[in-house]
Amino acid sequence: MTVWDELTGQADAIAVFRAAAAAASATPTEGAAEQAMSHAWLITGPPGSGRSNLAYAFATALISGHPDGDDATVAQVAARSHPDLTVLSTEGVSIKVDDVRAIVRSSSYSPSVGRHRVLVIEDADRMPERTSNVLLKALEEPPERTVWILCAPSEADLIPTIRSRVRSVRLRVPSIDDVAALLVARDGVSPEVAERAAREAQSHIGMARRLATSSEARERREATLVSALGIRTVSDAVAAAARMIEIAGDDAKAITLERDADEREKALRSLGVAPGQTLPPALRGQIKALEDDQKRRATRSLRDGIDRILVDFSSLHRDVLMLQLNGDSAIINRELLSRIERAASVGSAAETLRSLDAIAVARKRIEANVAPLLALEAMLMTFRRSERAAA
Amino acid sequence: MAARTSAPAKARSTVSIPQLGWNQVRPAPVVLVSGTETFLAERSIRDLRDFLKTEDPSLEIVDIAADSYAPGELLTMASPSLFAEPRLLRVSNVEKCTDDFITETLAYLQEPADSTFLVLRHNGGVRGKKLLDAIRGGLGGGIEIVCAELKKDAEKYEFAAGEFAAKGRRVAPSALRSLVSAFSDDLAELSAACQQLMSDASAEITEATVDRYYGGRMEVNAFKVADAAIAGRHGEALTNLRQAISSGEDPVPIVAAFAMKIRTMAKVFGTRGGSGQLASKLGMAPWQVERAQRDLQGWTEDGLARCITMLAETDAAVKGAERDPVFALERMVGVIAARGRA
Repeated sequence: MTVWDELTGQADAIAVFRAAAAAASATPTEGAAEQAMSHAWLITGPPGSGRSNLAYAFATALISGHPDGDDATVAQVAARSHPDLTVLSTEGVSIKVDDVRAIVRSSSYSPSVGRHRVLVIEDADRMPERTSNVLLKALEEPPERTVWILCAPSEADLIPTIRSRVRSVRLRVPSIDDVAALLVARDGVSPEVAERAAREAQSHIGMARRLATSSEARERREATLVSALGIRTVSDAVAAAARMIEIAGDDAKAITLERDADEREKALRSLGVAPGQTLPPALRGQIKALEDDQKRRATRSLRDGIDRILVDFSSLHRDVLMLQLNGDSAIINRELLSRIERAASVGSAAETLRSLDAIAVARKRIEANVAPLLALEAMLMTFRRSERAAA
Repeated sequence: MAARTSAPAKARSTVSIPQLGWNQVRPAPVVLVSGTETFLAERSIRDLRDFLKTEDPSLEIVDIAADSYAPGELLTMASPSLFAEPRLLRVSNVEKCTDDFITETLAYLQEPADSTFLVLRHNGGVRGKKLLDAIRGGLGGGIEIVCAELKKDAEKYEFAAGEFAAKGRRVAPSALRSLVSAFSDDLAELSAACQQLMSDASAEITEATVDRYYGGRMEVNAFKVADAAIAGRHGEALTNLRQAISSGEDPVPIVAAFAMKIRTMAKVFGTRGGSGQLASKLGMAPWQVERAQRDLQGWTEDGLARCITMLAETDAAVKGAERDPVFALERMVGVIAARGRA
């Protein structure tokens, strides 16, 4: 049992990190193996490939001083409570500059119980340029035995001055079989369900797990795709957009609602406000700050939900295009094959390409703060296919 | 059933003091000025002060803020002085008052001081309901001045006519009408415009006078711009858009207003049936459906699709994707006024 066990299909990256951890823990002075280690790392890879899991495995190995980690450190890192581990991640749309300043300050402490102090920034791509600049000095010359680990989807998501200060390790998209095998082994689902989930999630491990373990998520995905194929008129498209926002909103609400109430109750208790008592004006600022944070989180989870739907749509149109161009690559949404065949015969390849472009535009627009409903409606306008062409 | 009949009866029984309009204010031991229209409330309180001041120039005026009320304040202010001059206590923000204020005012109202006039300004809301109910129930022998918002054009027309009548000036009805439509959003502005006309213009005020002072001015909001564009009146829509932007409307809500209207039209497009039936099916009000059906005249499906695409593009543009938000809006108005055929 080592920290690297549950990481699927990333043997190359694991070898790099394991060697680095071994070099870092072997002789702290000098040696040929030292160049295997660096003070700042960037892990890039598509969403769901296990970037942050790999980052934490590496952190465990570094802190414990053993390339395979020890049990106590594994538990503490898993709980994110190890004193020598600092994590910066965000549930909002972007990372705040003050949070980065705080983590930079903590980077100059020497490790307390472990061998290294490790600072992990998940979602480093969510740092705006101004925020990234705060990091530069600390990233370039961290104190001895401080290690930075950044995670981002690709190197292009970071500004060049950050890229030049880190050693980059790329993860690859795990194969569908790898993901399915992991689901069978870890979550105990049947091989058929695991294969379908891995395929539909396009090897996104987190998504595949959700699809494999929740039949509701599977049904909802299928219903959304079927409704996208059934768009004939403008009013169909507008209605479909409203439904999608509703689905994504419900999803987001289910995640955040309970947590919001819980956090508020905790905050009130720690401020000494009895349940039901009116909030003293002097404390309103604090509760307001909490509510603002929750609102940011809600925006993010709504956007994430919509983005998942859009990814599903692009897989669908990819399949349609594949049939239209007689490609021989595997169909992702095999369960919907008859509908996809029909869609392929109704429309032309040019139309399908236009739809794919529209999906990309919609994703970019939603990221740029365009009203999600409007962006989806505009996108769905290109999904309309008239029955006349088939007849 | 019993509950339903008793509720209005109870509501009626609680009000046993005269409820007067904003211009009918008269001295009383306690004057409750309620309602959301701040301008009228201020006017009304000012009238009361002017009246009391002419009656007795030694009137002492005290202002109290109920939201930062300290215990004992009211009693200190209302207690009789050596020369027994009349007092006017003006209390603001009663809708945000402290608990002390409620208890102490209730205690004071049991025995109001002589020649002291307590004015309570309540902006609406449930805070201080106990106090309001007590006053409306006749405690302290007060009156209530109701300053409800003037929503209808007819009410505003009446208000403007009253402004001129109060100064004994003659004004042509057509002049009043154009004045009211030019200042339909803000009562204070309408009143200021009336005063301006009275002090500047001589003799009778006609439509020509109004046009000379306020010609070309109109209150436009995003929806008016959208209405003109959707009906295909390109020129009018552009003028309105410019007016809206120069009077401080932000481009983002303008796009949102367009999106809302076009979205409703898209939902209704291609559906058949009565408006009531459609309304329940689409989750809208029947008048919205009827409105959309009227708006849809001359529109095609592809035109709608192009307009929706344009809307998303414009929304991105006004949020920073392009340099000039106003140009983006004007381009959008052009496409929509051509019903997407451009």
